[in-house]
Amino acid sequence: MIPRPDPSQETLVLNMGPQHPSTHGVLRVVLRLDGEYVLEAHPVIGYGHRMHELMGEVRTSSGFYANVGRMDYGGALSFGHGHVLAVEKLAGIEVPPRAEYIRVITTEMNRIASHLLWFGAFLLDLGAFTPILYSFDDREFILDLLEHVTGARLTFSYHRIGGVARDLDDKFIEGTRVFLRRMRERLDVYDKLVTGNVIFRKRAEGVGVIDKDTVLKYGATGPVARGSGLAYDIRRVEPYSVYPDLEFEIPTATEGDSFARYRVRLAEIEQCLRIVEQALDRLPDGPVQAKVPKKVKLGPGDAYQAVEAARGELDYYLVGDGSDVPYRMKIRPPSFSNLSLLGEVCQGVLLSDLVTIMGSLDLVIPEIDR
Amino acid sequence: MSNALPPDLIRLVVSLAVVVGFAFANAAVLVLVERKVCGHIQRRPGPFEVGPHGLLQTAIDGLKLMGKQILVPDNADTKLFRLAPILSFVPPIAALIVVPFAKVLQVRDLDIGVLFILSLAAVNVLAILVAGWSSANKYSLFGAIRAVAQNVAYEIPLLLSLLVVVMWVGSFRMSDIVAAQDGFWFVFTPMGFVAFLIYFVTGLAETNRAPFDLPEAESELTAGFHTEYAGMGFGLFFLGEYTNMLLMAAIATTCFLGGWNGPWFLAVSGTGVVATLIQLCWFLVKVYGIILVMVWIRWTFPRVRFDQLLNFCWKVLIPISMANLVATAVVAKLVPLG
Repeated sequence: MIPRPDPSQETLVLNMGPQHPSTHGVLRVVLRLDGEYVLEAHPVIGYGHRMHELMGEVRTSSGFYANVGRMDYGGALSFGHGHVLAVEKLAGIEVPPRAEYIRVITTEMNRIASHLLWFGAFLLDLGAFTPILYSFDDREFILDLLEHVTGARLTFSYHRIGGVARDLDDKFIEGTRVFLRRMRERLDVYDKLVTGNVIFRKRAEGVGVIDKDTVLKYGATGPVARGSGLAYDIRRVEPYSVYPDLEFEIPTATEGDSFARYRVRLAEIEQCLRIVEQALDRLPDGPVQAKVPKKVKLGPGDAYQAVEAARGELDYYLVGDGSDVPYRMKIRPPSFSNLSLLGEVCQGVLLSDLVTIMGSLDLVIPEIDR
Repeated sequence: MSNALPPDLIRLVVSLAVVVGFAFANAAVLVLVERKVCGHIQRRPGPFEVGPHGLLQTAIDGLKLMGKQILVPDNADTKLFRLAPILSFVPPIAALIVVPFAKVLQVRDLDIGVLFILSLAAVNVLAILVAGWSSANKYSLFGAIRAVAQNVAYEIPLLLSLLVVVMWVGSFRMSDIVAAQDGFWFVFTPMGFVAFLIYFVTGLAETNRAPFDLPEAESELTAGFHTEYAGMGFGLFFLGEYTNMLLMAAIATTCFLGGWNGPWFLAVSGTGVVATLIQLCWFLVKVYGIILVMVWIRWTFPRVRFDQLLNFCWKVLIPISMANLVATAVVAKLVPLG
């Protein structure tokens, strides 16, 4: 129930959002406050609902593909990757290995960009204005590289059913190698600037502790689950694409607080760099696009594909009836489940902590609203 | 000439005009400095379009603010809503009249100079409370509540750290405090140094500067107590904030950094025009040095949480400043100044 003003109680109902600096988009959180303490926090969603799933049921797969990047503007390539994998599974299309490697390289670069965006926004929520410009400096580097190969900077629309739109060229590969070296140095800078800062530690440590049971109860995934000690990463538990061939670790932390989620994400950037490095070394030769019929017939049957997006587990479920338009499409985005635990975790915290917790969940609202 | 104006009145009017002019000029310069320093800290050039190197940006912004309509929210208490910005802007300017910019550049050398400044600075919290209350906005109200709790708590260590100096000098008079530091600045004594640090931290909190900018914490309270203010209403709060910063730095300079005294090898203590200009330069160098540090801190640190802020004050700053005061009393008794 959305909290309503109650004259019999000495509490205040505060409507935070949908236009508020720290709700990152159009999330609305209705709070019941006692002084600065949050008694109830009730997220209200749907302000950015655009019927993406329905659109998926009236368009051909390649026609719908442009939509998926619009759901998660931070990590558009993960969403694209999941979609084309699901369609290829249902249509029985084999993807050339080079294309699959390119997909992994670009997706992981996008994941770094997404985590950098989160890094800046999270610290902005804590009142530190400068880190976002440092992280955007590095994000800019990635976006320039991705723009060079995909032609876009935010909603890339780079995948094609059966491959990718364009092959990688030497400029991208060299630029990426430069970036790998640069980013490792920059991570040290981030550590010096932020991780050790005593005010930051006091604001993040022990704030918003999410235990394992809560994570399982609400189905939270991604860095939120890994920050609570669950080594749950789709790239390892339900391997897809070429991830089984690549060596990387799944960073976890056991504390479950905002600082743990912060550490997990920074450690993930390091692992992403490792993945990109290996994938570049092993990049096979060959075509980047499989032979695909003009009309991609789906089914009859169904296909389910889970991928690890920047914010957690992303699932596509497609039912085909033999035509080129899916009969049913269901998307399970990560932020929806990650947001759902907000009400439970935020009971009794301070208003400032609520902002910290919301920031540490790394919410992307269009992806929740779909 | 029998019908001439009394010289005291002329002096008063001229000095008032100069002080107000200085406060406005200071705000204009500080806004630009803040933007430029912040830009360079964030690896970007800052404003660059209006005038050479964006020098005219602040002037244009001032014009823009003046051109805007002053909106009063429907449910607001109109009188209080309009009074609050003035209440925030006037006291720091009035307090500037006891600040000794040079040996002869001081409007009034009151014998209760330090007390005068502190009492006027305390009005600021009233302005914020009035603004937050009259806006009829929950975020504004939260900002006001935070401001009151914060300023009331931080005024205690502020006062205690300044009392160290007063106890040493034995006078509230600003000129006596400066004279006592001829070649021997209080910041270079152990007690003076501790008092200076405490004063600086509490000064940041008193002027609502980051990391203690809780009354206007953007990510939590949108714009805090001035959420509903538009145009020059907001502009006056802004002017008041920057004048408060100036005042805080001026007190720090006067009480701990030797006021208009230069370093011992460059000290000029005359009252001539040249000597006054040199003294003024020293004073301004110190004042703006302190302000630059405040700007640097703002663009580097995250914001503290409300309970941490108050805990820090009551559990750390006040006990330390108390102990410091007692130590000063003992030492001042044993080693008389001069």
